[in-house]
Order: sequence, then structure tokens, then C-alpha cells
Amino acid sequence: MNVDQTSASPSLVSTTGDAVVQLRDVHLTLPSDAGDVNILRGISLDIAKGEAVGLVGPSGSGKSTLLMVLAGLERQSSGSVHLAGADFSTLNEDGLAKFRLAHVGIVFQSFHLIPTMTALENVAVPLELAGHPDPFGKAAEELGHVGLEHRLSHYPGQLSGGEQQRVALARAVAGDPDILLADEPTGNLDRTTGEQIIELMFDLHKRRGTTMVLITHDVDLAQACDRVVRLRDGQVESIAPGTGRVIPSDELAGDEVTG
Amino acid sequence: MASSWRLATIYARRELRGGLAGFRVFLACLTLGVAAIAGVGSVSSALVEGLSQEGQTILGGDVALRLAHRQATPEELAYISEGTRVTKSAEMRAMAQAPRTDERTLIELKSVDGFYPLYGEVTLEPKMDLAQALEQRDGRFGVAVEPNLMDRLNARVGDILKIGELNVELRAVIEHEPDRVGGGLALGPRVFLSDAAMADTGLIRRGSLVQFYYRVQMPEASRTNAAVAAWVNELRETLPDAGWRIQDRSDSAPSVRRFVERVALFLSLVGLTALVVGGVGVGNAVNSYLEGKREVIATFKCLGAPGGLIFQMYLVQVMVLALVGVVLGLMLGSLIPFIVQQVAGDMIPIPTRFAVYTGPLVLAGAYGLLTALAFAIWPLARAREIPASSLFRDLITPTRRWPRVPYVLATGLALLGLVGLAVGLTEERLFAIWFVVGAAASFVILRFTAVGFMALAKRAPRIRVPELRLAIANLHRPGAATSSVVLSLGLGLTLLVAVSLIDGNISKQVSDELPDRAPSFFFVDIGPDQVDGFEALVRSVDGVDEFNRVPMLRGKITDVAGTASEDLSVPPNVKWALQGDRGITYSRDMPDGSTLVRGEWWPEDYDGKMLVSLSEELALGFGVGPGDEITVNVLGRNLTAEIANTREIDWTTVGINFVLVFSPGVLESAPHTFLATVSMEGGDEAGLQRSVTRAYPNITSVRVKEALEAVNNMVQDFALAVRAISMVTLIAGVLVLGGAMAAGHRRRVYDAVVLKVLGATRRRILTAYLYEYALLGFGTAVIASAAGSFVAWLVITQVMDARWTFLPGTLIATVVGASILTIVLGLAGTWQALSAKAAPVLRAE
Repeated sequence: MNVDQTSASPSLVSTTGDAVVQLRDVHLTLPSDAGDVNILRGISLDIAKGEAVGLVGPSGSGKSTLLMVLAGLERQSSGSVHLAGADFSTLNEDGLAKFRLAHVGIVFQSFHLIPTMTALENVAVPLELAGHPDPFGKAAEELGHVGLEHRLSHYPGQLSGGEQQRVALARAVAGDPDILLADEPTGNLDRTTGEQIIELMFDLHKRRGTTMVLITHDVDLAQACDRVVRLRDGQVESIAPGTGRVIPSDELAGDEVTG
Repeated sequence: MASSWRLATIYARRELRGGLAGFRVFLACLTLGVAAIAGVGSVSSALVEGLSQEGQTILGGDVALRLAHRQATPEELAYISEGTRVTKSAEMRAMAQAPRTDERTLIELKSVDGFYPLYGEVTLEPKMDLAQALEQRDGRFGVAVEPNLMDRLNARVGDILKIGELNVELRAVIEHEPDRVGGGLALGPRVFLSDAAMADTGLIRRGSLVQFYYRVQMPEASRTNAAVAAWVNELRETLPDAGWRIQDRSDSAPSVRRFVERVALFLSLVGLTALVVGGVGVGNAVNSYLEGKREVIATFKCLGAPGGLIFQMYLVQVMVLALVGVVLGLMLGSLIPFIVQQVAGDMIPIPTRFAVYTGPLVLAGAYGLLTALAFAIWPLARAREIPASSLFRDLITPTRRWPRVPYVLATGLALLGLVGLAVGLTEERLFAIWFVVGAAASFVILRFTAVGFMALAKRAPRIRVPELRLAIANLHRPGAATSSVVLSLGLGLTLLVAVSLIDGNISKQVSDELPDRAPSFFFVDIGPDQVDGFEALVRSVDGVDEFNRVPMLRGKITDVAGTASEDLSVPPNVKWALQGDRGITYSRDMPDGSTLVRGEWWPEDYDGKMLVSLSEELALGFGVGPGDEITVNVLGRNLTAEIANTREIDWTTVGINFVLVFSPGVLESAPHTFLATVSMEGGDEAGLQRSVTRAYPNITSVRVKEALEAVNNMVQDFALAVRAISMVTLIAGVLVLGGAMAAGHRRRVYDAVVLKVLGATRRRILTAYLYEYALLGFGTAVIASAAGSFVAWLVITQVMDARWTFLPGTLIATVVGASILTIVLGLAGTWQALSAKAAPVLRAE
């Protein structure tokens, strides 16, 4: 564990090997009717390859925005963002898209499946874009891994929330990404369904050694990660080690982080 | 029930406060269609009203009597002049030459007396009275000519013209001839000359093809349609055998009126098609409006509103908007006649009465509202079935249920109302029915093809190129615009392809194929004493490879199998044969291009009772056959002949043929002239014409090439009007296309963002959309080309009995044009989707 002294805000740099994510003094300011809003205010953070990081904090603390920055979907106003060796400031919109295709999988709270595509087609899209030799075979296989082999030709509207999120998860990991980003993946799901998703995610993370950044309100879930990064007002408030294991459901308490 | 409508209206008003966004296409579709129909109706009303109000002027009198070959006898003249004013004129085709420029041309010659015109005014340039222009000065008569004669002869006022054997002075140019419309198809410019001058031309010989008109002006008190009709009836009874064609002011130019009415009917049916195409846009707009209102509807249901109230509430909204669209359309449509007047007023050869006519506006409004109903009821009825529970369940796929039976019936009734109006309000019912059947069939075919197209896209093998696979998949996705685009754009394109191909085929026939088979010249009014010399002259000219001549007279059918022709009721396709006089001939042998159908041809040396050979078409129309008798008035004598046989005539050979061919004998001794056709291959046509006119000034030559050009120009003008109105249908289709694209815009933005999240670059997304629109446009165009070609083939081969030529250029232009149009419209909407920033969209969803 190693505190970066150059940064004004507290930060923590991973010590467990090469950093696959490297943020340095990242600021993000968005214009609004009421004047500019500083959403991220100098975030520095390293995440090691294969590490699972839980990102917690109250609403408006900048968690989701940080995730968008990590995905290259939002551009920092200043500071540097390096993912898997790529400097985001040198990539344009299409360059970032190609980067995501090669390295990043994302799971959203509201799934973001394409409603007019079947489950199979949704999962196959990134594989097709990447020129996979058998996108639909691989997509079916991934859907099998999340237990949806019988739902291949269903449209998102015909699937339950949990099933949709499993499709989204299958889609996120189908291309074997180096980094899996998840923004409250269980936020729209009931507890039992949510746990199934989390189990699947951690299982994939372990099995494939995927680096994982997980935004959650759930303290216990965050604790299951290797590290827990707490944000407040766009800054890193604290970093603590997690337990690194998923707690069985019967042990879970209903505590939520209120910040 | 009444109170539920009241409540529905209150809620509807509250909802409408939300604004009209999303209804732009809805309004545009209705406005466009209604404006087209109202415009066509108003313009044709202006024309028909003009014809009817100016009846006397167009006819040149309250009654016009026309005689072929002969003048009225003194008794006849005395009878018609009793208590009336009569002006006599002679009209014929002749040749005019200008010695100064050595040019010559076919003219429409008209001699008039001092009473002409009885109604209206002839205006000349330079300003002078007609009498002054035509009077004899220093022993020379004057003529007044239509402006195009100046071009053809390269002549100017003051030139000497030679008409027949007479030299006349060109004194004035005709600016306006009041009774020109009634005159029929003109092959050359009009030339006015006086009675006395006409006599000196030597053109009126025994048997020349001249028509004498007696135009009658009733005394002031008897100038009502009823009094005129009574006078005409009395005339018919008193002089039943005069053989004249009688027209009165109540229907002064029946063929022009019929033409105007037919064109108007056709154009309003095309306008109706545009409206129905727009109806697809109306349905789409209502559908997507209601999709956006799912939550509101579910909330109303939760609060206890019954489905019926929901239906009423949104029906009120839709119909209020429809009313807005219809009113806009009517305003626009009622302006069209005035725009036409401003732009083309001078080019319209018939009198017009431009005004706001309520009849066509009411009809167009009714069409608009019925269309809105027909296409809105369906989605409205489905919206009433939206369950309250959909508030809590996020169903993305729309419910694909049929509405309840009463709503299906109501839709059917509205459609039936449209068809009923279209068919019921016209005299040309059969045509209207065929058009409606054709349009409905195209609609159904396109609908099914669209379904097939989507099924095909669904079953297409998964292509390795992801952009193309995405594009193909987009064509069959739930909520894809494929169906409505194929339908709406397809219908417009089908119509356009059909019109272009029909027009192209006619043009090709007239300008390429007919001249190949047609003779180069028709010569008329060849006197019996001139025939041999004329033939020798023609044959001596280089390049003449065929010469044919036949005797020709004019006669009017007065009696068929014992029934007077006025009392015969015959189908429309043969009515023409009973109107006025026809060319007739006699012959020992059967004319070329004829096939005997019934009866026998008379022997070559036949010398018995007068026989006649009738065209099979007329025989069928008249309901007669061999053994029946037909009476024809020739030169004031009624000649009765027994039908010996009937012939099928191949008119496409453009040889000389007649519907009535008599056995030789009686007609041989009647005064008559000959008609000759001359075919030339590579010779000097102008030279031949020059030699003939020089040697025989009374013989009129019609250059087929020029006549065909005149006809072709008319066809082109007509085709332009049809194409213009077809464009309205296409524009409606494009509106629907644009609407469908706009409706899918939110979805596309979302899709594009998710694709970007998944790693797609903008170029790849753009390429996928490009493929999609190209496939959509191309597919639609191919279907429409096939359907349009079929319609055109049907019309050309079955209705017009002409030869079908495939015109690939038209089809290629259609396919390429439609594909480009779809791509441009599609990309115009997609561009924004591509540049949308991901994060805000992802957060908003």
C-alpha cells in the first residue's frame, strides 16, 4: 500500500503488481444552467491487473462519472487516464470505441440492452464487431454460462430484469475484456436475483482474472472486493482493503452506505 | 354516452395543451393530399364552369349545324333563318404557301360572312375589324392568321400568301378566336378569309372535304336552353334527312368537357392515392403518439377510466388535428386555381371561371377526414386495450393484438366511404372502380411484399460483415419502419413508374415506331380528274416507294337496323361513330389490314343492291350483323345499305382503312375526291410537297411526321400534368418515410450509443445505417418497379391495344433515385444519432 504524496486528495495505489488502471489528478467539470459543476475533483487511483475494486459513496459523489471516465464514455477535463497501457488523451471518440472493444466490458444498472435485438444478437454484437470467427456460437456459449441457454431468441422485453442483466453480463464478458466495469449491476434487481448476478460476476472475475471495478451501494458487496474506494464530493475519501470474498446470502445484512 | 364524449373532450383539451410536436408529418400528409384533391377539383370546376357559361361563344351561336361536302339547300337555309340570325362558314384543311420565302404549310382554313361572330369577338393585331382584314382592296382579298403560321412560313404582315389558286394579303394576326375550342384538333394554324375569297380559291370542288357550318343566334327572348332545345327538336322533325350534326349551347364542346372531366377524375384519383399514402403517415403518427402516452393511458385506467373513454379521448384529439390539417389543405387547394391562373392562364385554350367552388372543397375535406378516421381508428382501438398494469411492467415489445370487432368494422366503413365517394360521384364509374381496385391491389401487394421482405431479412443467413448483418437485421426488428416505408414510398413509386412507362411507351410509339410503319404523307382532296396526273407526279419523285389511293367521302350514320341514330343507345366505345360525319369509301376488294369476321366479301364484279362492310367493333356496339341495314347520309341523300360482312381492323398499320366500306356502284357516281398515302425512303419530303402544291394548289398534304409531332406534343403536355400530380403521391410517400425515420430517431440514438459502448466506431455505425437505408430504398424500388411495370403493361397492351416496349432506363432511374432518396433522408436523421454523446443518453435511460 502506497500513498501518492503528489496528490492533494488521499489516494491509494495498488501494490499487487502492474497497474492496469492509472488515474492521475483527474478532474471533470460539466457546464450546467446554474454554472459549472465540478463532478470529479482530482482523483488519483491505480488498480492492479486482476484486482477487484468496490467503488462506494453517496449519491452525487461522482461514482458513475468516474466509471464513465474509465470506460472512455466521458472525457476528463484535466489529469491523465491510462488503461491497459493506453493514454486516453491521445484517443479520439472512435479510438476509445476500439479500445473498449478490445479491453473493456461494461454492465449498467439499467442493463442497456438493445431492445430490438434478441438476447443472442445483443451478446453477439461486440464479438461481431471484433471479427470473432463464430460470434453467435460464442454468444450462445456465454449465455449458457449465465444460465440463459433457453432464452437465446427472446427480446429484452420478454425477459425478467435478472435475465436481462445476465444477458448484459454475458455481453460484457463475451470478448474476454481485461477490465470489467459494473455500475450498480444489482440496483434494479431484487436481492436474490442480485446475488445471482454478483456470484456470476465474481466467478468470472476469478476464473478469467479480469480486473473489476464495481460501483455499489451495498457495503457488504463492496467489502467482498479486494479494495473499497469511498468517494465523496468528487474526491477519494478513503481506501480500505476488502475481504476479497463473496459473503453467502444468509450472512448478508441490509446495511447500506449512507455516506 | 353523451357525457362520456363530453368528458373525453375535456381530457382531450387538457392533453392537447402539451402541443403538437410529433404531429408535423400527420398534418403535412393530410394537408398535402387534401390540397391536391381540392386543387384538382377547383381547377376542373373552373374549366367546366367556363365551358358551360361560355357555351354560346364556344359554339359560335345558340345552335351550330355542320354539313359535310355540301351547303344547306335554299329550303333548309330558309327554315333555319326564320326569325333568327345565321352565319355561314366553310372550314377545311388546305395548303398555304408564301412565295416570298417559298415555304408552305398545312392550314385550317375558315371562311366567314359578315355576321360572324355571333357571340364573342375576334381580336386582331394590328387592331382592326375582321371585316377590314378580310375585305378586298385593290382587287386583293386579305386574310387573318394564327401567329404560328408566321413561324412556319417565315412570313410577316403584308406578305402575299397563295391559298389554293388565290393570292391573298396577310393583313393581321389573330389574337383571339372566340369559337376556337369547339373546333377540335388543329393540325395547322387557323386562317380566316371571306366567303367571296373562299369561292375564288378553287378549293371547294365537288367532293372536297369541306364542312359547312351554320351557326344560329336565337332572338333575345328565346336564348334559354329550353327554348333552344325546343327549336332543335322541331328542326329535327321538320328536316329529318338533312344529315347535319346539331350541337346546341347547353353542351357546346362535349369532347373538351369530357376530356376535362376525365383528366380531372384521373388526377383526383391520383390525389386520393396520395392521401391514402399519407394515411399511412397518419397511422404511424397516431401510433407513435399513443406509444408515448402508454403511461398516461395506464394511469387513466388505474384511476378507473374505461377503455371506451380512452378511445374517445384520443379520437377527439386526433380528429381535431385532422381538422386542422384538412382546413390547411383546403386553404391551399382553393388557392391552386388562382396560382394556375397566374402562371398558366394564357396557355389554357378554353375559357375559365376561376373562383372558390364549394363542391370540390367539401369533397376534398370529406376525403381528408375519412382518411384520418380510416387510419387512426386502428391504433386508437389498440391503445384502449393498454392494461393498467403496464405502469408497473416495462413491456418494450408492443402488444400485437387486433382491435375489437366494432373498431375493425369502423375502419372498414371509413375505407368504404372513401371508395364510395370516389366511385359514386363520377360518371366514369368503371374507370374509377378500376383505379380503386388497382390502387387497393397495389396496396395489398405492397403490404404483403413488405411482410415477405421482412421475413426474408429474418431468414437471411448470418453474413460475416457485421455492418451488413446489422443492417439486414434492422429491416425486420420489432417496430422497424420497413413495412410502412415499403408501403408508402412503394405506392408513390409504383404510380410514378406506371405513368412514366405508359408515357414512354406512347411517346415511343408516336415518335419512333409509328413513323417507321406510317406513310410519309397523306394527300386529301385529290379530284377525280387529278388522280392520274397526281400519281404520275408522285411516282416520278425519287425515294417514293409506295403509293396508295382510295376514294373518300363523308357521310353521317342516320339509321341503324331501323332505329334513328339519335334514339340508339350504344356503349361509350362506339358513340363517336354516331357523332357527326365519318369518312367512308367504296371498294371492290377488301382493304389491307382487315380480317373478315362475319359474312362474306362481295364478288369483284358485284353490281347489285348497295352493300356495306362494317368494322366488327361497331357491329358489336350497335348490336347488328350481316343482313341488317344501315343508312348513311351522304351529301344530303340517305343511302341505305345491307351489312354484308364485318371486319376486324388493324389500325396500327396506319394504312388507309375505314369503318364503313361500301360496295361500288351508287357511291362511285356521287361527287367525291381521293385520299392518297405516299411512303418515302430517304427522299426529299419537302421537295415532294413543294411539287404537289405547285402543280395542284387544291390538294392538301399532311406530313405525317408533323401531325405525329402535334399529337406527341399533346401527349407530352398531358403526361406532364399526370407526372406532376403523381409527384404529389411520391411526396406523400417521402413524408411518410421521413416521419417513420423521425419516429425511429430516439431508438436510433440509443442504439448508436449502446453500439459505441460496445466498441463500434462511428464509421461502422454509419456504414450499417447506410446499408440499411440502401437495402430499404432498393428493395422498395424493385418492388415498385415490378408493380408499376405490370400496371403499365396492362394499360398499354390491354387497354390501348398497343405494343409493349420495356424501358429499362426508366426503371434504373427509379431504383437509383429511390435508393439515394432513402439513404439521404435516412442519414439526415441518423447523423445526429451518430454524434450523440454516450454518457447523457445512458444516464437518461
